[in-house]
Amino acid sequence: MLRDLRRALSRERVRYGAADRTLFAHDASVFEGGLSGPICFPESTAEVQDIMRIAMQHERSVVPRGAGTGLTGGAIPLGAPIVVAMTKMDTILEVDIANGVAWVEPGVVNLDLTRSLSELGFNFAPDPSSQQVCTIGGNVANNAGGPHCLAYGVTDAHVLAIEVVLSSGDVVTLGSVRGESLGLDLRGAFVGSEGTLGIATKIAVRLSKNPPAVRTLLLSFSSMRDAAQTVSDVVAAGIVPAAMEVMDREITNAVENYVGAGYPRDAAAVLLAEVEGLEGGVEIDSQRIVEVAQSNNAKSIHRAESEAERALLWKGRKTAFGAIAQIKPDYYLHDSVVPRSKLADVLESIYEIGARHDLMVMNVFHAGDGNLHPILLYDGRIAGELERVHAAGAEIVRACLAVGGVLSGEHGIGVEKQPYMEEQFSSDDLDHQERLRRSFDPMCRVNPGKVLPEGHSCADIQALRSIPTGVWG
Amino acid sequence: MTRAELAPTDPVLHSFAAELGDRGLVSIAGRGTRWSAGGEIAPGVQILRAPTGIVEVSPAEMTVRVRAGTLVADLNDALAEVGQRSALPERGGTVGGAIAVGEDHLDVLGRGRVRDSVLQVRYVSAEGKIISAGGAVVKNVSGFNLPKLITGSLGTLGAIAEVVLRTNPKPSMSQWLVSCDADPQLSFNTLYRPSCVLWDGSRTWVHLEGHAVDVAAEFDGLRHVGKFEPADSPPELPAHRWALTPRDAASMTSVEGGDFVASIGVGTLWADRPQAATPIDAALNVVHQRAKSLFDPTGRLNPGRAV
Ligand SMILES: Cc1cc2nc3c(=O)[nH]c(=O)nc-3n(C[C@H](O)[C@H](O)[C@H](O)COP(=O)(O)OP(=O)(O)OC[C@H]3O[C@@H](n4cnc5c(N)ncnc54)[C@H](O)[C@@H]3O)c2cc1C
Repeated sequence: MLRDLRRALSRERVRYGAADRTLFAHDASVFEGGLSGPICFPESTAEVQDIMRIAMQHERSVVPRGAGTGLTGGAIPLGAPIVVAMTKMDTILEVDIANGVAWVEPGVVNLDLTRSLSELGFNFAPDPSSQQVCTIGGNVANNAGGPHCLAYGVTDAHVLAIEVVLSSGDVVTLGSVRGESLGLDLRGAFVGSEGTLGIATKIAVRLSKNPPAVRTLLLSFSSMRDAAQTVSDVVAAGIVPAAMEVMDREITNAVENYVGAGYPRDAAAVLLAEVEGLEGGVEIDSQRIVEVAQSNNAKSIHRAESEAERALLWKGRKTAFGAIAQIKPDYYLHDSVVPRSKLADVLESIYEIGARHDLMVMNVFHAGDGNLHPILLYDGRIAGELERVHAAGAEIVRACLAVGGVLSGEHGIGVEKQPYMEEQFSSDDLDHQERLRRSFDPMCRVNPGKVLPEGHSCADIQALRSIPTGVWG
Repeated sequence: MTRAELAPTDPVLHSFAAELGDRGLVSIAGRGTRWSAGGEIAPGVQILRAPTGIVEVSPAEMTVRVRAGTLVADLNDALAEVGQRSALPERGGTVGGAIAVGEDHLDVLGRGRVRDSVLQVRYVSAEGKIISAGGAVVKNVSGFNLPKLITGSLGTLGAIAEVVLRTNPKPSMSQWLVSCDADPQLSFNTLYRPSCVLWDGSRTWVHLEGHAVDVAAEFDGLRHVGKFEPADSPPELPAHRWALTPRDAASMTSVEGGDFVASIGVGTLWADRPQAATPIDAALNVVHQRAKSLFDPTGRLNPGRAV
């Protein structure tokens, strides 16, 4: 198989060394059960097709991979499949302003796309905190969000068409840049499918106009409840800001130590809200947000005075995960979404669960969407810590589901969150999800062993699992 | 939570599932406004109606839970009472019908795509089971995106019983404008976020929505593009919907055999005759057929219709 792959690509672009295989057995999650086969770096759709066909001949599975910043193990190879690293397909193929789209290869880095569009007065709205490294292909696969997805939606709302190599080796284009595409929305089904339905080789993203006016507010509160209530009240008042992000005291201080973003260190919670649009409406909405914050006992209210200050405030928010490393060597992250009106109660439960398991919990989250990111800090070298993290995590997930929430808002299920799927969906529901998966990939050859929990995913896949899932419950 | 608790408890959904059962040819009728989409129904099919009723309007969550047989007009009235609106087009039909067809509202630029607004779907499967797909919150990547597959599937994969839709605040001001001398593409480019820009080969219509100051500012900005005047409503739309690239829609000057209206920046065009059909790609058709046979192995759902 190695010979076939090298003949189809080149010797240098098919790696099989021990160091590479270790590296590609991991992503940004804490999952340790990966086992990589050969790692291929295709440069064209035709090469991806070759890889798929060779995999089929040799009865091997394949795993697409972007930058490996996924937080749930989506890109981790199980059972030594061929890893298809898309990072060399990183060209912005065409920016077609008349049609409002840009065609890009999947390996294009999110921020590179944003930068090149911004010169033309446009942007690609999804801005995950990992945007300096993560790829558009990974964004599509995980339906990535970001602070600025509140008003205009996550990746899904900004992707018009996707060229995909199916497990059969055939190439199809899902969706269309022509008007509204009616019929089965296979494009929509592909977005967020975590690399299990095929390999994206070209993506048409929607161009959004840069807003003429932007107002960034830094609001601080003496209690997390007041901050959460402000978020809920703003939306209830009929205002949809571009972003509403909340950070608790611990993470705010970690960020201040790390980059000095100018956040108040003494507040129990900080709310970063941004409104964009036309000047008049932006002024009205930001004033109303200030009023809502005041009625919820805001401790301080500050408007970013300059573009530089605004950039610094956002830098603080986007480096929050990096800042944690100073406190503890490891962290485990959940990604549940709850109805906004339940934010304050759920956050209280989360802190209580952390305390009961003797764990430090921090919260930095996409509050406007109700998308929580409870961070459980631990030290993996200390025996028993990770087990406590998982026990607390399971309780947190249940607390979120109990109020009508969902497991994941933007990071996906991957391998890490699989066991929880049965808490959100009945076995009939999961059976139908598997039907969707098999519509694209009947033999479950692309990224096997992901998303659906054991017993629901294809039976022959179970042998691939090299770690008992119980550890992750 | 046990599995049993996860299944929806609403008895209305259960009786709909029981009515549909697990055998025999069935089709769900809305109000017939798009009844022939995808082909005529085969003879001998039992016609059922989806349950009706608005279950919960949650303006603070920007969501609504509504049963599929509810009229879009009733839904929109209930939403308007709390200052919200949906992405569904209002043409006399039902919520389930609008989602099964998947056509967007004329103001899609302002309201968003129907497909993006369907957060959760509960449908009855060909086996007569109630399936819950998606979640009742505005952001969700927990598992495979069945709501996307069901939206636009013309009832061929499951019978939609209830949905949770994302809603949006109703803008405080709405203004249609019309011009006889403005270039449609330039009008679109000049505006920041119009809800709709239409072109019929000689006139350009613009729909501005939002704060009154913003609507006024956008109106003012159009002065350099052409002479715009307030209009009461958009033009009458011809019956057939075409899909073009936005560029082609904007450069359209005439359509053989009648009138047309093109949506600028979107690419939808309405004409008096149907668009020439483009054959579906063979590899894509394999995926379609496989989906149909996996979701409806005996072909009992909406026989005669094809997506
Ligand atoms: C510090 C940090 C901050 C983060 N912040 C955010 C955030 O704000 N919002 C957010 O949504 N996520 C965030 N993430 C998670 C992660 O960055 C995103 O999920 C991102 O979209 C993954 O992109 P990637 O290129 O790294 O993909 P990878 O991790 O390499 O892969 C992710 C998944 O995509 C699949 N995949 C990759 N490329 C393709 C392709 N071409 N075709 C098909 N499938 C493919 C893989 O199989 C895998 O299942 C963060 C991660 C980190 C480490």
